[in-house]
Amino acid sequence: MKTSDITKKVYERFGSHILEAENDGEFLTYKVAPDKVTEMIEYLYNEPELAYRYLTTLFAVHYPEISQIVMHYLLHNLEKNSRIRIKVFVGDTNPEIDTLTGIFSAANWLERETYDFFGVKFIGHPNLKRILNVEDMTIHPLRKEYPLEDQMREDKKDEMFGR
Amino acid sequence: MEYAPDTNIVAPEEKEYTTLNLGPTHPATHGIFQNVLKMDGEIIVDAEPTIGYIHRAFEKLAERRPFYQITPITDRMNYCSSPINNMGWHMTVEKLIKAEIPKRVDYMRVIIMELARLADHIVCNSVIGVDTGALTGFVYMFQEREKIYEIYEEICGARLTTNIGRIGGFERDFPQKAWDKINKFVEEFPKVLKEFSALLERNRIFMDRTIGCGPISAERALNYGFSGPNLRAAGVDYDVRVMNPYSSYQDFDFIIPVGTQGDTYDRFMVRQQEMWESVSIIKQALAKMPKENIFHADIPDFYLPPKEMVYNNMEALIYHFKIVMGETDVPKGEVYHSVEGGNGELGFYLVSDGGRTPYRLHLRRPCFIYYQAYPEMIKGSMLSDAILTMSSMNVIAGELDA
Repeated sequence: MKTSDITKKVYERFGSHILEAENDGEFLTYKVAPDKVTEMIEYLYNEPELAYRYLTTLFAVHYPEISQIVMHYLLHNLEKNSRIRIKVFVGDTNPEIDTLTGIFSAANWLERETYDFFGVKFIGHPNLKRILNVEDMTIHPLRKEYPLEDQMREDKKDEMFGR
Repeated sequence: MEYAPDTNIVAPEEKEYTTLNLGPTHPATHGIFQNVLKMDGEIIVDAEPTIGYIHRAFEKLAERRPFYQITPITDRMNYCSSPINNMGWHMTVEKLIKAEIPKRVDYMRVIIMELARLADHIVCNSVIGVDTGALTGFVYMFQEREKIYEIYEEICGARLTTNIGRIGGFERDFPQKAWDKINKFVEEFPKVLKEFSALLERNRIFMDRTIGCGPISAERALNYGFSGPNLRAAGVDYDVRVMNPYSSYQDFDFIIPVGTQGDTYDRFMVRQQEMWESVSIIKQALAKMPKENIFHADIPDFYLPPKEMVYNNMEALIYHFKIVMGETDVPKGEVYHSVEGGNGELGFYLVSDGGRTPYRLHLRRPCFIYYQAYPEMIKGSMLSDAILTMSSMNVIAGELDA
């Protein structure tokens, strides 16, 4: 199946919810409205001609200039070796998106990790709590407003403490 | 003595379960994982894994390091096969800057990556042997891992955290001593591997302990995002080296071994056969190796020049300065590159905004994705089988937590 056919098939069903589609040679990319993403991935999973049944990974990227967190989903059809990337803009003040755990068991920990680092709430997730950081942490550390400590600081130099 | 009715018998639904903490640092677990097990006698009813004990904030660290400084922190992920992580990262950056890599560098990379895969599988398989009580195989095979580490030592000076290579190739050509050791290793290793196979593969006790232990079906494995030997043991022939060849893997003939049951024995056997394939790939690469003396690609803006060139060559000094001060133009864009690590598809998703550091680097860590299937795999089995399942999945703490 050619990429243009896949795009045609997806557009027939979800045309009004796709904001943008592009193809960089390796990935077919769709930017989707947040409320439709679970339905669309379910469609890509179940439709026998598409059959994207392998979730390679999912993660978020924070763009503070446009105050958006962008969820990325990489799906893979192992038989035809074709990959799809889905991008969803969820905003960065109170990001929320539906969970994928109903379709992929693999999404469970990946979503917990994304919640841990970006504060994206996955609606319907069975066990949404921190996974890599300590439970009493109050921030979501991979957001851009928390830079790593400045290494030019004077008050942390070792010779100041006799080390 | 008078007969008294036993009042301790309770109905099944009121049964009391024992809670058992396996780990965080239990001598039988391989690294730092906590598993809170709910036990009914000796049978595991439920398990809840907790991870994150050695979290190093890899993704955050990468956001303030220049590209060439990220190589050393990739070492510490899957520390049994760190060269694969190094090469994977270099190839990701090369994909972003669209560099052309000479054939000889590709072949050198294939050799070093297959050696790393051998080291990884040696550790995993010999430790499966230890967990079933066979210490002999462990001692035999660890000598061979030592030889691989000596090869690393010749090439880069380090053994565990190798930091081999640079963006665009290697810092220097492999020294003659390293080539000699590689040649000697591929000649001698098959004999030891054969002995190890004879010791365990048809061993009655070993088979009784491992067949049917911690099984997972192909469908569930795919749904859980398994990759690498664990997925192939369940019967799916997905291998990144064949599906999306990188580094000239398309030039070599090798088969992908697959299992049927997805149990511990299959995972062991798949790794066993992969070791034979790796030896064969190294031999082919050595035979086909181009003769000219090239060890890096021609990308002066990104290839950090060797120290002796920096001291004696003005051009090299300028480029060294430019790279270290972050004056080079990195293209904007997003790339995803995956390599077949010791445990499966190790993917790097790199978002670049044109700065000297990555804007965001996400790692697809195979261990992190498939370890969540562990409770499902050990439900209903004995405690000792749970240990065996964990060791045969080859869960590496550094890769789990990043």
